Amino acid sequence: MAEEEEERKQKKEIAKWFLTNAPAGEIQYVAKDIRSVVGDDEVYDEAAAEAFPTYNKTHLVVLEMPDRSGDVIVTTHGELDESNYFDPRTAHVATVDHVKQVCTKVRPATDEELPSSYIEEFRGALDAEVCKYVGDTYPKGTCSVYCTSGKDVEGPGENFEFAIVISAAKLSPQNFCNGSWRSIWNVEFKDDMQVVELRGKMQVGAHYFEEGNVQLDTNTECKDSTIFQSPEDSAVSITNMIRHHETEYMTSLEASYLNLPDTTFKDLRRKLPVTRTLFPWHNTLQFSLTRDITKELGIGK
Amino acid sequence: MEAAMDLMRRISPNKSEMALSALLSLLPDHSSDLLSQVDQPLQVYFDTESGKEFILCEYNRDADSYRSPWSNIYYPPLEDGPIPSPHLRKLEVEANDVFAVYRDQYYEGGVSSVYMWEDDNEGFVSCFLIKKDGSRKADGRRGYLQEGAWEAVHVIEVDQEKETAHYCLTSTVMLSLTTENKPSGTFNLSGSIRRQMNLDLPVEDGHLCNMGKMIEEMEGKLRNSLDQVYFGKTREMVCTLRPPPEGLQVRLPESS
Repeated sequence: MAEEEEERKQKKEIAKWFLTNAPAGEIQYVAKDIRSVVGDDEVYDEAAAEAFPTYNKTHLVVLEMPDRSGDVIVTTHGELDESNYFDPRTAHVATVDHVKQVCTKVRPATDEELPSSYIEEFRGALDAEVCKYVGDTYPKGTCSVYCTSGKDVEGPGENFEFAIVISAAKLSPQNFCNGSWRSIWNVEFKDDMQVVELRGKMQVGAHYFEEGNVQLDTNTECKDSTIFQSPEDSAVSITNMIRHHETEYMTSLEASYLNLPDTTFKDLRRKLPVTRTLFPWHNTLQFSLTRDITKELGIGK
Repeated sequence: MEAAMDLMRRISPNKSEMALSALLSLLPDHSSDLLSQVDQPLQVYFDTESGKEFILCEYNRDADSYRSPWSNIYYPPLEDGPIPSPHLRKLEVEANDVFAVYRDQYYEGGVSSVYMWEDDNEGFVSCFLIKKDGSRKADGRRGYLQEGAWEAVHVIEVDQEKETAHYCLTSTVMLSLTTENKPSGTFNLSGSIRRQMNLDLPVEDGHLCNMGKMIEEMEGKLRNSLDQVYFGKTREMVCTLRPPPEGLQVRLPESS
């Protein structure tokens, strides 16, 4: 009995591992496979119920809200409870079915869930600027600005914090290619020091799997700061910093790719041997070390 | 089995070892299928008799022991472990010596092993293996890689018919490379691809010469498609996610 329980637990852990390690946009395919490999729907359902929320949050999955034009990002920054996610732009709360990856209903946020009007001025201005930037930069991008600390601050004199989440995914399974760009920026408005501090994390993944399996996985972190200004001016300088760092990161990714063929890849295998000519398979006698082999070759085959 | 193979195509090649052991525990009845169809990271063992390293794989394994191609001895010791016939063993010894030179010229380091065994219809099978650690702390001459692994497995089935022989080569390359530096953070590419090649060749040049040429051509092709096609596709994807501003586009040769 104990053994059976142990086996069941192990199966569930394995199923969870496969689900949470699915590449961007591929969890539903992985789910179908692992369900059939596990061969026990009950175990699979338990694993899925735990793994999907984790996956959706790490991948910053974007879901369309029913009957509205807006999207909600599944992220810890907007998470009210396991299945309810706050969307600050529309001031709505979306209920999410993690396993189906759909939004089942929305309701207006309550007053307690909303930030004070002082905070909303900063947040709204920043949201508008970041939206403009994301719209210009990412063809499939979605962004949101959350107040993560001090949402009830009523006026000058106190610190508060925002999180800016940018998520862009391009899924084209028919071309055997999927990818995602994720960045999260923490913005600390330090009223006492009159500075705004920025910390960013960017992550890019790509998967190409036509007759093979090749994956790109990159991430980086950076920091910056600016002076505390009016909501509008802060929004502009923060967005400029983000634009600058993300552009710089993109340039460094390009540079990494450019360096691949002639430098990086060469440390794995050269295109041509050190002799710069193809290997002399016709004349390998010179390499044979023992007399016996030489003799064997001498009499020919 | 089909679902298991699809999973291996989706999970990052960096995690294939974990994925395989997970699948083995879920599908114990398919373990031999899984072990032969899923490519797993190659392990190396030290042959104390010859003072050289050799590669472990399914083809030199018997029970829990592995035969070294250098000394023909099983590690850990095994009584009555199968060994090739004296004739085939001679070819195996020669192939190991020559392939080590080939490996050094292309890889500037690494470990290689060649195993041969008779098959059921009077032909034989050879397996050529290469494992290279190209990280800066190992055999990476240029020191660009934080982490870098290249593993190649070439299995050739040989059927001889008088003057010619039919060679069926199945090659797999698995690789992973990571660069890490200040502004750009961690950059990792990993991949695995497998291809087949069939050729009928005259045996007058010798089996080793024929097999060697096929492997050299295949390795060149695989390296090229990883570099140009596969890495190129992931780069294209990155540029689709966040297109570079117009006018500033950096062009890569032959990538699109």
